[in-house]
Amino acid sequence: MTAKLQLSGVKKKLRGRQVLDGVDLDVAAGRSLVIIGGSGQGKSVTLKCALGLMKPDAGQVLVDGADVTRMPQEIRARVMRKFGMLFQGGALFDSLSVWENIAFRLLYADNVKRADARERAIEAMRRVRLAPDFADVRPVELSGGMQKRAGLARAIIARPEILFFDEPTTGLDPITADAINDLIVEMVKELGCAAISITHDMASARKISDEIAMLHNGKIVWRGSTAALDASGNAMVAQFVAGRADGPIQAVV
Amino acid sequence: MINPFAPIGRGVLGVLAEIGRFTAFAARAAASCFAPPVFAGQLLRQCMAIGYYSLPVIGLTAVFIGAALALNIYVGGARFNAESFVPNIVVLGITRELGPVLAGLMLAGRVSAGIAAEIGTMRVTEQLDAMTTLSTDPFKFLIAPRVMAATITLPLLVVVADIIGVMGGYLVAVNSLDFNGATYLRNTFDFLENQDVILGLVKAAVFGFIIAAMGAYQGYNSSGGALGVGRATTNAVVGSIVLILALNYLITAFFVE
Ligand SMILES: Nc1ncnc2c1ncn2[C@@H]1O[C@H](COP(=O)(O)OP(=O)(O)OP(=O)(O)O)[C@@H](O)[C@H]1O
Ligand SMILES: [Mg+2]
Repeated sequence: MTAKLQLSGVKKKLRGRQVLDGVDLDVAAGRSLVIIGGSGQGKSVTLKCALGLMKPDAGQVLVDGADVTRMPQEIRARVMRKFGMLFQGGALFDSLSVWENIAFRLLYADNVKRADARERAIEAMRRVRLAPDFADVRPVELSGGMQKRAGLARAIIARPEILFFDEPTTGLDPITADAINDLIVEMVKELGCAAISITHDMASARKISDEIAMLHNGKIVWRGSTAALDASGNAMVAQFVAGRADGPIQAVV
Repeated sequence: MINPFAPIGRGVLGVLAEIGRFTAFAARAAASCFAPPVFAGQLLRQCMAIGYYSLPVIGLTAVFIGAALALNIYVGGARFNAESFVPNIVVLGITRELGPVLAGLMLAGRVSAGIAAEIGTMRVTEQLDAMTTLSTDPFKFLIAPRVMAATITLPLLVVVADIIGVMGGYLVAVNSLDFNGATYLRNTFDFLENQDVILGLVKAAVFGFIIAAMGAYQGYNSSGGALGVGRATTNAVVGSIVLILALNYLITAFFVE
């Protein structure tokens, strides 16, 4: 099976530090990959390179087999339509109302009529468990967890083929977090999306992933199916999963 | 050995590189005004925000400058019995120079800073990245409407400033310098030539473009949280003022020749 999205040998240096040092990853349609790893290890940077928001210094990003890092701008813009992304900080547009945020792509890139776009935005809000009463408020009036769910609704509304979730359940209560996990599983299983998620929440990681990869020092140090996580045989993975301060990875104090 | 000229050379090279980067950005911004899609709603909103809401500040500036100009020219003219030239010089000074330059400087403070702060905040909170992932080019959605709105509305504001500025001069001349109102206005309009007004409007359009493009450039390239946005805002104001004054001279010199 060919990969929907494949990163090979991606390198990125930021402020003199080699953040990514040859990252290899791939995910197929209908599959969900979770990236785990310590804070500041370059998980978010990996997603930004995959999305073309940062240009890798070396390596390839293949979408359906075509390298997007070497594409002309116009063709690349067309490939970007396959992506949906939830940003770690939400990144909602604070000059627009919540529903306009969620429907942004429908309104301004896909030329959907306002009334239809609003209807679909409210439907998406329901799916992420956001009450429709909040459709007309500004994002600053939402709580952190609600902003996250609005960002999630915005990422999934246009039914993209490849979804990126940067910490989708951080800051949510356990019940809402589990509903979001279910939603991600549904997007992958029912709609056949390829998903790459980042999370520190191991319960969520187990629930939403088919496979797990661990990023450390700019490289993927372990990758395997979710079932193999507890028997990974990798000391770093074992330490991360168990959440112990002592082990091969030193906590930065 | 330390070469004492090295820092100067580096500084000059740095400024040249910055001018080059800004020019490339401004060219891209200008190009994105002409390529589809056009976000008409955004353009309209920016015309209101940049043009309409600048009317009070432009009007106030113009009336006081026109009044002060009339007084000064009266005093200067009196030294060689040429007081009667007040209306001519007031209208010339306002349409060719003070109208566009002062409107440009006021908008550098009001508009350039506003654009830099808004787009800068969007940069540091990843809203620009988010917009790109939603298949919308920030150049077309955010920057083109602002650049177009400023380029279109600043000339209109300058027409208003010209009229109010001449009125300021008229009020002072008639009320405290004993000019005859009808004669003052006739002298003003007889003396004014088309090219005076055209020069002022060309300047205004160029300044409008510079103000919006500089604000967008600084905001788009900002980094480093609130501190970075603050720096972008300051740089936008200083950068657009310097460019306005330099281009004002160049455009004037070009028209005079
Ligand atoms: N825009 C940027 N400019 C410069 N350096 C950056 C930038 N973005 C990230 N970095 C650096 O890259 C490294 C990796 O950052 P990244 O955001 O990918 O971490 P992360 O793995 O997502 O961490 P966390 O789990 O805390 O979100 C960090 O050292 C960070 O300082
Ligand atoms: Mg991160």
